[in-house]
Amino acid sequence: MTPPTGSTAAPAIRTIGLRKAYGDQPVLHGIDLDIVGGSVFALLGPNGAGKTTMVQILATLIAADGGQAFVGGHDVARDSDGVRALIGVTGQFSAIDDLLTGRENLQLMADLRHLGRTDGRRRVGELLERFDLVEAADTTPVTYSGGMRRRLDLAMTLVGDPRIIFLDEPTTGLDPRSRHTMWEIIRDLVSDGVTIFLTTQYLDEADELADQVAVLDDHRIIAQGTPAELKRLVPGGHIELRFTDPAHLDEVAATFAGSFAGTERDDEALTLQVPSDGGLGSLRSLLDLVDPAIEVDVSIRTPDLDDVFFALTGATSTTTKGSPS
Amino acid sequence: MTAIGLAVSDSRTMLRRNLRHMQRYPSLTVMLIAMPIVFLLLFVFVLGGTMGAGLPGARAGATAGRAEYLAYVVPGILIIAIAAAAQGTAISVATDMTGGIIDRFRTMAISRAAVLTGHVIGALIQTMLCLALVLGLSLAIGFRPTAGAVEWLATVGLLVLVTVSMTWLCVALGLTAKSVETASNSPMPLLLLPFFGSGFVPSDTMPAGLRWFAEHQPFTPVIESLRGLLLGSPIGNSAWIAVAWCVAIGGMGYLRSRSAYDRHAVR
Repeated sequence: MTPPTGSTAAPAIRTIGLRKAYGDQPVLHGIDLDIVGGSVFALLGPNGAGKTTMVQILATLIAADGGQAFVGGHDVARDSDGVRALIGVTGQFSAIDDLLTGRENLQLMADLRHLGRTDGRRRVGELLERFDLVEAADTTPVTYSGGMRRRLDLAMTLVGDPRIIFLDEPTTGLDPRSRHTMWEIIRDLVSDGVTIFLTTQYLDEADELADQVAVLDDHRIIAQGTPAELKRLVPGGHIELRFTDPAHLDEVAATFAGSFAGTERDDEALTLQVPSDGGLGSLRSLLDLVDPAIEVDVSIRTPDLDDVFFALTGATSTTTKGSPS
Repeated sequence: MTAIGLAVSDSRTMLRRNLRHMQRYPSLTVMLIAMPIVFLLLFVFVLGGTMGAGLPGARAGATAGRAEYLAYVVPGILIIAIAAAAQGTAISVATDMTGGIIDRFRTMAISRAAVLTGHVIGALIQTMLCLALVLGLSLAIGFRPTAGAVEWLATVGLLVLVTVSMTWLCVALGLTAKSVETASNSPMPLLLLPFFGSGFVPSDTMPAGLRWFAEHQPFTPVIESLRGLLLGSPIGNSAWIAVAWCVAIGGMGYLRSRSAYDRHAVR
C-alpha cells in the first residue's frame, strides 16, 4: 500500500456546473463540488435526489449532459481510462459474482488489475483476512449474510489499491452491527490517505464519517460545509418539558409566557418546547421557575443533521423531531 | 503490456470466469446437451423407420430405412445442437447483464471487448463439447460417415463458423433483451428453422411456398454442405452460400453486440 501523499493542494474531485437530465426530467442541475484529497465527503439527500447519478457520472458509467468533472485531475468525459485506473466503486447494488466463491471473486479483480500471480494471491489473502471473510472464502456468496456480501463487495473494490473510492449508500439495508463494522472499515481507509466520496440518506452516517457534507435536494446542492457548520445553519436546539397533568402544563406555560420568548406549547403531547442553547445556565434559570412538586420529564435537544436536513429539504418534520422555526 | 496484450489477458480472465460459471451451474449445459440428444433418439428410433422409407432411393425394409434416416438427419441434429447452445448463451449473457458486476467491470480500466469475448469463446468450447457428444452418440447408434481427413477438417471448420456466427447473434439478443425471459425466448426460431429446411425431410417434398423458403433460408446450405462433407452427396455452391450467411449473420451480431454493450443502461 502506498503511503499517504500528504499533498492536499489539488482537489481529488472537482465538478463545475455539472448537469444531467433523463428526457425532460432533470436529475442534476449545475453541481459545483471541490473535494480535498484524503478526506471523506458525504453527499446527503433523499431518495431520488440524484445521488446515484452523481456517482455514476464521476465513476465514468454515464456521461453528463453539461458541465465538467475531474477525478484525480483527469477529465471524466475525455480521459475515462485515466479516471478508471484511480478509482474504486462500490455501488448500491452488490457487484459480486454469485457463481464464484469469495476468493475467486477477489482473484478475478486481481487478474483484471494485472497484479501478477504472486502479488495477486497475496493481496487476495490480505483482504480476506482484513474483511473477516477467511472462513467463507471458499463458498459462493449466495450463502453470505447482507453484511458479508457488502464486505466482499468493498474488498473487491480495494484489490487494486484505488486512491479515490466511491461508496454509494454503503450501509443501506445493513443491521446496526454491520453498519458499525462498515464505518470502522471506512475510517481505516481514510487513515491510509484515500479520498472517499460517500452518498447516504442517513444523517448520522454523514455526521459520523464525513469531513465535508453537501446536501442534495431537488437536483441542486442546497447546503455545503462541515457537519458543525451545517448544524449552525439551523436553530434547532431546545429544552423540552413533558407533563403528565394538563393543569401543570397550563401553570408552567403561564409562568414562562413573560420570561421565555418563542416557547411552543403542544396540548396533545402535553409538552412545552423552550428555545435554548442547551447550556447549564439556561437550563437552571428555566427550572428555577418550575414548582418542584410538579411531575415533569426534562430533555435537552441540540440540533443534529436531521434538523438541518428537514429544514433545508423542506420535508415535513415528524412530531418527535420538533420543528425548527 | 501492450494494448493487445492487455486485451488478450483480460479476455482470458473473462473466459476463465465463464468456464467456471458453466462448471458451477451445470444444469444449463446439461439441458442444452440433452435437447439434441433427445431429438436424435426420437427422430431415429420413433420416426426413423417410416421417415427413412420415404427418402428418395430408400431400400425396402424398415431397418434399412432407419439406418438411412439416421444418416440423413445427423446434420440437422448438429444444427439443433448449435442453436440450443446459442440459446443458452443468450440466457447467460442476459443474466450477466442483470448483475451489478458488469457495472463494476465498466468502472475498471479493462479492455472493453473482454467481457463479450469471454462469453463467445466460452460458448464455443461448450458447443464443441456438445457437438462431439452428439456425433459420438450418432456413431454409436450406427452413423457411418464416408468423410476422409480433409472432409472431417472442413466439417469441423464449418461447425465452428456456424457456432461463432450463431453465438454472436445470440450475444446481441441477450444484450438487447429487456429480461432474461425474453432472452430465453427470442432465439427460439433458430431451433425451429432446421425443420423448415432440409434438416429433417428433403425440401422438394414440401408445398411450393414453403419449399421456396426452405431452399433460401440460411440453415439449408449449411445442412447440405455438412451432408456433402460427411456422406459425399453433391455440395454444389451450398458451401459458399453457407459461409456467406455465417459471415453476414455473425458480423451483424458482432456489431450489434458491441454497440449494445457500450450503451448498456446502468441500473
